[in-house]
Amino acid sequence: MWLSKSSVGRKVVMSVTGAALVLFLLFHMSMNLVAIISTDGYNAICEFLGANWYALVGTAGLAALVVLHFVYAFILTLQNRKARGSQRYAVSERPKNVTWASQNMLVLGIIVVLGIGLHLFNFWAKMQLPEVLHMMGMHVDAVTMENVANGSYYIASTFSCPVYAAIYVIWLAALWFHLTHGIWSSMQTLGVNNNVWICRWKAIGNVLATIIILGFLVVVVAGYFGLGALGKIALECGAACC
Amino acid sequence: MDKNISFTLKVWRQRGPKAKGAFETYQMKDIPGDTSFLEMLDILNEQLVNENKEPIVFDHDCREGICGMCSLYVNGHPHGPATGATTCQLYMRRFKDGDTITVEPWRSAGFPVIRDLMVDRTAFDKIQQAGGYVSINTGGMPDANAIPIGKDVAEEAMDAAACIGCGACVAACKNGSAMLFVSAKVSQFALLPQGKVEAKKRVKAMVAKMDELGFGNCTNTRACEAECPKCVSISNIARLNREFIKAKLKD
Repeated sequence: MWLSKSSVGRKVVMSVTGAALVLFLLFHMSMNLVAIISTDGYNAICEFLGANWYALVGTAGLAALVVLHFVYAFILTLQNRKARGSQRYAVSERPKNVTWASQNMLVLGIIVVLGIGLHLFNFWAKMQLPEVLHMMGMHVDAVTMENVANGSYYIASTFSCPVYAAIYVIWLAALWFHLTHGIWSSMQTLGVNNNVWICRWKAIGNVLATIIILGFLVVVVAGYFGLGALGKIALECGAACC
Repeated sequence: MDKNISFTLKVWRQRGPKAKGAFETYQMKDIPGDTSFLEMLDILNEQLVNENKEPIVFDHDCREGICGMCSLYVNGHPHGPATGATTCQLYMRRFKDGDTITVEPWRSAGFPVIRDLMVDRTAFDKIQQAGGYVSINTGGMPDANAIPIGKDVAEEAMDAAACIGCGACVAACKNGSAMLFVSAKVSQFALLPQGKVEAKKRVKAMVAKMDELGFGNCTNTRACEAECPKCVSISNIARLNREFIKAKLKD
């Protein structure tokens, strides 16, 4: 299979999964913005994306994309390190047009994956997961079951904690760097590029990455300072924090 | 007249492919600024020979930037700090009095060191032999206007054909990828009518050979393009990807 055997094929897999994940990020970011305007509206989306068949298929698809992107990243990096050889340069200088992000995609990706782990623990484990467990006939306590679609509450309680808010900001920063290289790079790998479009793709990549990250950031900030609709949620003392 | 400079030279010395190498330091005195980098090494080698020491082994041939033999990694850059120039086109006036200049061979698993600063670049020949040619019978010389080719296309093919196969792209790449070289060789044919006939076969064969020889996967850092002495653009890599994907989808 050329998608796993050839170097270009492996990069195509990275590009396609990466581009699909960018589309998901755009959707997730837009969805989050609702929480600032209306908590009921946001909870309605959470209800809609609960343990329904389409949401579960979507979740499984996303998980597959992340796993593929991650596994291929490790395979590619190992192969590249081997190709580079064991002997390193004593002096090396980064040329001007080489971005820092482009040389550190794996490290940035690892930060992103760790962030996803925390994110699943903060939200998914309290929302879709208990619903699925309940459907499978396992015991889930009543308070958790009542709140599986109360996404607004979980946003407000998680980001009211300064430690979580700070970790999420770092996570988003790493994601921004990852995207600024990833977006245009995926188009280059798919061959949809030339001398004219390279500047355009880079601009599109930077703008898209910035829009996505700012959208996510606004919700974290609103949750931390209790702005917009999120400010009206009464938190139990020390709800999610520390 | 350029000033004369004195500087410290740190050169990688390695007896053979399997031997362990190390840096050796040489003090260079009163080298005129209009000496080329390779001439400076010639001066040093003459001194070493006169002292009954082994001269430094390095690749060189035409010394006018077209053969692609010279291959030194000078102060963290393939072909040194100058842009769009090979090592033989690098002059000592680029350096300052009292500088320390570090000279290393290309470092990549695909280019094993033969001795000192000389590396084995036959891998590039093997990739070229896998498909970097036109094998159809093109007959006698046709009339110049028989096959119309747009000016911009001809220019782009010529820019790709400017690649001298020196290996600076591989040396610069953190992934040891040969994509810039292979893409230039694929592009110079893929753009022109004579080359299009075998485009699919060629791109598959050359990429397969490149992978087989253990070159890395391109991650689009653009270091190759920045260090290329012939300024070959990564738009050629996009073309290679496009040609390869199209060829594989047709299978």
